[in-house]
Amino acid sequence: MAMMGAINPVLMAGLNGDDGWRLKDYVARGGYEQLKRILQTGLTQEDVIGEVKKSVLRGRGGAGFPTGLKWSFMPRSFPGDKYVVCNTDEGEPGTFKDRDIMRYNPHAVIEGMIIAGFAMGASRGYNYVHGEIWEIYKRFEEALDEARAAGFLGQNILGTSFGFELFAHHGYGAYICGEETALLESIEGKKGQPRFKPPFPASFGLYGKPTTINNTETFASIPFILKMGGEEFLNLGKPNNGGTKLFSVSGHVNRPGNYEIPLGTSFAQLLEMCGGMRGGRKLKAVIPGGSSAPVLPADVIMDCTMDYDSISKAGSMLGSGAVIVMDETVCMVKALERLSFFYHEESCGQCTPCREGTAWMYKVVHRIENGLGKPEDLDLLNSVLGNIAGRTICALGDAAAFPVQSFIKHFRGEFEHHIDHKTCLVPKDVQWAGSGFHKIPA
Amino acid sequence: MFSSETLDKFAREVAKYPADQKQSAVMACLAHAQEEKGWLPAEAIEAVANYLGMPPIAAYEVASFYNMYDLKPLGKYKITVCTNLPCALSGGYHAGEYLQQKLGIGYNETTADGKFTLKEGECMGACGDAPVFIVNNRSMCSHMHPEQIDKLLEECK
Repeated sequence: MAMMGAINPVLMAGLNGDDGWRLKDYVARGGYEQLKRILQTGLTQEDVIGEVKKSVLRGRGGAGFPTGLKWSFMPRSFPGDKYVVCNTDEGEPGTFKDRDIMRYNPHAVIEGMIIAGFAMGASRGYNYVHGEIWEIYKRFEEALDEARAAGFLGQNILGTSFGFELFAHHGYGAYICGEETALLESIEGKKGQPRFKPPFPASFGLYGKPTTINNTETFASIPFILKMGGEEFLNLGKPNNGGTKLFSVSGHVNRPGNYEIPLGTSFAQLLEMCGGMRGGRKLKAVIPGGSSAPVLPADVIMDCTMDYDSISKAGSMLGSGAVIVMDETVCMVKALERLSFFYHEESCGQCTPCREGTAWMYKVVHRIENGLGKPEDLDLLNSVLGNIAGRTICALGDAAAFPVQSFIKHFRGEFEHHIDHKTCLVPKDVQWAGSGFHKIPA
Repeated sequence: MFSSETLDKFAREVAKYPADQKQSAVMACLAHAQEEKGWLPAEAIEAVANYLGMPPIAAYEVASFYNMYDLKPLGKYKITVCTNLPCALSGGYHAGEYLQQKLGIGYNETTADGKFTLKEGECMGACGDAPVFIVNNRSMCSHMHPEQIDKLLEECK
């Protein structure tokens, strides 16, 4: 089980590994009570959106946009079809929280989406699930069948005039589909290439209809916010950073996994919950919000608290809450080489600066790593990334540029050493020593 | 072209979408088609397109855009290894090297007996369980250290 620890958990409270995901278990934990309360006590759309606004729930997919505000952008009275879409296309390197939410608490996602449908006047929803987590996709389909059979989905839910249909749609290996408009294109049965915004999905979304897209964790938080009240949820975290959040910790810690903790918890405490550094090695750097977030050196992250504002002030992004921990055995040039390859591989090819620029960034970092770097290469990289960031339709261009920019900024000496000495500052036999991979037999 | 079982699956996918949006089912139908055929020959892609009433080239665009569709024949077991940074930090590279040693092939190669194809993959969203593999797009294998890799290879009959 990848849920490794928690402080005041909300989403993952009372879960018992693989045994607690079914409808009966969710109902036993108080599940679907909020949907019933809304429909049977006559709460209005404004009541629901107001409560979400009070909670200061910020989008858990990476952008951190206030969910209540996003919901209020939907033209609720617009006649005709409107859609609610869940983004479970979790492919940001370092992120694996939505997989656990879907695995252990899928009905929380379903109830959250139904409530969102009610609040925004949408009668249909799709959950776009990362193709790589096939077993979880199948489980979610089973959970949908259970919800349908229990009358929580379909026409006239709980005997009211409100109806909502919900289906699962799987991806099949394209990082770009995590971008919300690429995701919509993908549901429409096309290549996942992002759309130019505006128009925003709230006015022109799936099939050209008003659509709101939220992350899995965001939807899963909704029933709990309504249960405890927006204010109590907000108070779990800190001002402007409401609630608890799941952090996916990977890399060189003793116990990698998901941790649900209040926003505002110190990084030092999170690291301690993870059992500290593997093998007692020294912390070198942390990418705090998924591979697209700028890297932070150890001394900077050790002073941070894990919330949107603190990480942003330190020069990075909380993103999806994917904390990639690197110890002193990591060669930062090699680490960046792998990330640059990823963005090059996953660029959808639509915008020239990203398609060509990501290829050049990989090529240059690759040659530096392999002892063929030139003295002017660091300036060249900064020039290339400067010509990508802000010049593309979607944020993948920026996401590809941030790691390069921040790795060079904070670890310039390592890059220069590679270029000057054609070799690595971290001795070859030490590199990746922290991986924990059991020795390959000779 | 397809078994009645696969056609039933197609129908269930189409039913998820509005009646005038059948094309939305193309990703799922191509995945079902690949599951039956082992890979996606051009005729299968065209048959899916015809089933959904969309131009074959539009279905081919989808099949060639997403990484998990296989447009060439491959071994009975496709093992995809995540080597992205978070996994690499916890043994992803090493696990890939170990597999290559055991099978005597590199990435994007198939063993001479046609049993295994090895692929290098991007983030599978399971970094906490690294090293991770996916077998035949369906089954995720976690914590793949040498002992577990040996066991997996034995189980692939």
